[in-house]
Amino acid sequence: MADDKSKAAQYWSTNLRLILGSLVVWAFVSYGCGILFRPLLSGISVGGTDLGFWFAQQGSILAFIGLIFFYAWRMNKLDKEMGLEE
Amino acid sequence: MSLDLLTYIFIGGSFALYIGIAIWARAGSTKEFYVAGGGVPPVANGMATAADWMSAASFISLAGIVSFIGRDGAAYLMGWTGGYVLLAMLLAPYLRKFGKFTVPDFVGDRYYSNLARTIAVVCTIVISFTYVAGQMRGVGIVFSRYLHVEIETGVIVGMVIVFFYAVLGGMKGITYTQVAQYCVLILAFMVPAIFLSMQVTGHFVPQAGLGATLETGKSVLTTLNELSVELGFAEYTQGNKTTIDMFFITAALMCGTAGLPHVIVRFFTVPRVKDARISAGWALIFIAILYTTVPAVAGFGRVNLIETINGKDNAGVEYTQMPEWFKNWEASGLIAWADKNGDGKVYYSAGNAFEGGKPQYDATGARGEQGERLTTNPSDSASEVYVDRDIMVLANPEIANLPDWVVALVAAGAVAAALSTAAGLLLVISTSISHDLMKKTINPNISDKQELTYARLAAIVAIIIAGYFGINPPGFVAQVVALAFGMAASSVFPAIIMGIFSTRMNTQGAVAGMVVGLTTTIAYIVYFKFMGGTADEWWLGISPEGFGTVGMLLNFIVATLVSRMTPQPPQEIQHIIEDIRIPRGAAEAQVH
Repeated sequence: MADDKSKAAQYWSTNLRLILGSLVVWAFVSYGCGILFRPLLSGISVGGTDLGFWFAQQGSILAFIGLIFFYAWRMNKLDKEMGLEE
Repeated sequence: MSLDLLTYIFIGGSFALYIGIAIWARAGSTKEFYVAGGGVPPVANGMATAADWMSAASFISLAGIVSFIGRDGAAYLMGWTGGYVLLAMLLAPYLRKFGKFTVPDFVGDRYYSNLARTIAVVCTIVISFTYVAGQMRGVGIVFSRYLHVEIETGVIVGMVIVFFYAVLGGMKGITYTQVAQYCVLILAFMVPAIFLSMQVTGHFVPQAGLGATLETGKSVLTTLNELSVELGFAEYTQGNKTTIDMFFITAALMCGTAGLPHVIVRFFTVPRVKDARISAGWALIFIAILYTTVPAVAGFGRVNLIETINGKDNAGVEYTQMPEWFKNWEASGLIAWADKNGDGKVYYSAGNAFEGGKPQYDATGARGEQGERLTTNPSDSASEVYVDRDIMVLANPEIANLPDWVVALVAAGAVAAALSTAAGLLLVISTSISHDLMKKTINPNISDKQELTYARLAAIVAIIIAGYFGINPPGFVAQVVALAFGMAASSVFPAIIMGIFSTRMNTQGAVAGMVVGLTTTIAYIVYFKFMGGTADEWWLGISPEGFGTVGMLLNFIVATLVSRMTPQPPQEIQHIIEDIRIPRGAAEAQVH
């Protein structure tokens, strides 16, 4: 039982670290590249405009998809490693 | 074959398909009615979620919005997709593990309080009704535009169809019809977009076409920037909104998305925790197919529109030279022209061409010298043309000279988008009433059969109310979308997140947080939307659309402070939290 408890705690802290890392990327591509840092990216041009515009209208959405699948893949692996899968 | 006949065939055929699915997928128990028996494969659930999520507004209006506000449209593009990342990581897997039927179920059980449950029920019902009224109206508008019937008739037809599959099939019926509706709506959106992209840029993939170079040697976006500046608009890729406002609107829409009850409940329908995670990814892929096409359609549409109206030399084109679609949509009230300088040429530039924004047509139907519909309220602005933003999607097939069957397909797609969202919302409303109010609050002793009957009755009542709002729209429908997202972001979303990620959060904290978050958000929106507040009074320059983010932050702060000053939640609640954090043992949704 105590063993189960510490395993669950370890599982949870790994999950939290993974979520934190993913959300940093999530915020970086959307709020960062798409909104706040746009002036800094104005020198990099793609398709007739700056990189910030591309991130704001298309790039961040593609990054979101990548993030969800990455998270799901890592968590499924973690579930198995820890023997906590259904 | 005439266009009307084709449209009837496309819409009628899609309706027959939806009804057939409804009969095949009847619900026999409350579990089937509420969560489709918990057995929907993740890809199918992703598709159903995408159809549920993409409303008449996404289908008809979003491209037009982006087209007219350029870079600022990114707040909607990112805001309405980024919430799925939050869902996949912060909500869906744990709520699936929790394994009940509704959002108020979780709030009520986790905070061991009927008060918290009731607040969640009220939020759920208000959010869903504000949303659904616009959908029923959307069905009516599509019918009236394409089939020339009264809007009322269209709303009633829509009510009958939704009645059929929502009341009969519950979540099970809705899920499988939504899969079909997704296929119809995405086909209807992509076919004209691909044709348009090929015509304008030669690219088969619209997403790539946006970055392409035109015959003139300039890229689409550079052309748009130059045209916009020349006509007195802000540069297309720069926009008007301030950075802080963009930031707050995007955040409110993302967190609001993740807190919308009809979206959350879709993740109760998959068999396992891991399916809930991956299902959010599938949903976003299916949504992104449309959402990444939107900026392309917006860009091409705007170039096309300006060049058609103002001509290649940007000096205006004679009204008599306007293409057929210009006059067709003028007839249906989406375009208006007033020849202010009397040169017989149509000219479009920045500023409202008509006082108050919308044209008032002459009541007697009188026509001007050139044959244009006369209006009574032209403004002083140099711009002579009013263009409704919905035209970017509705008129695309005609602007691009596509065959009639594409026009009919777009009509069927718009109806599918509106119906699928309406059905999802109506189900959430009926579930809140039969399950959260009847079963959990008023009379816990009713049997499963009785509860199912209540659910069906509640669905019927909800459809009638939604239909009533569709026929007699309260004047504020357009304004209340901000309210729905603001409420979801400032109440449901923080309450669920804290319920999962904080073992210390208790009833007092959660209730105080929801009350403070909701009241400040609602007060701010009501003040600026209905009581005449002006933009220079915005707090820190944050618009009402973005204020849900402030409400959410207040909710988090107040809840944390109050919970620290009040007793810990009981031991068994802490066990529940520990249990929902790990996937093991979730194979069956609990039957109560």
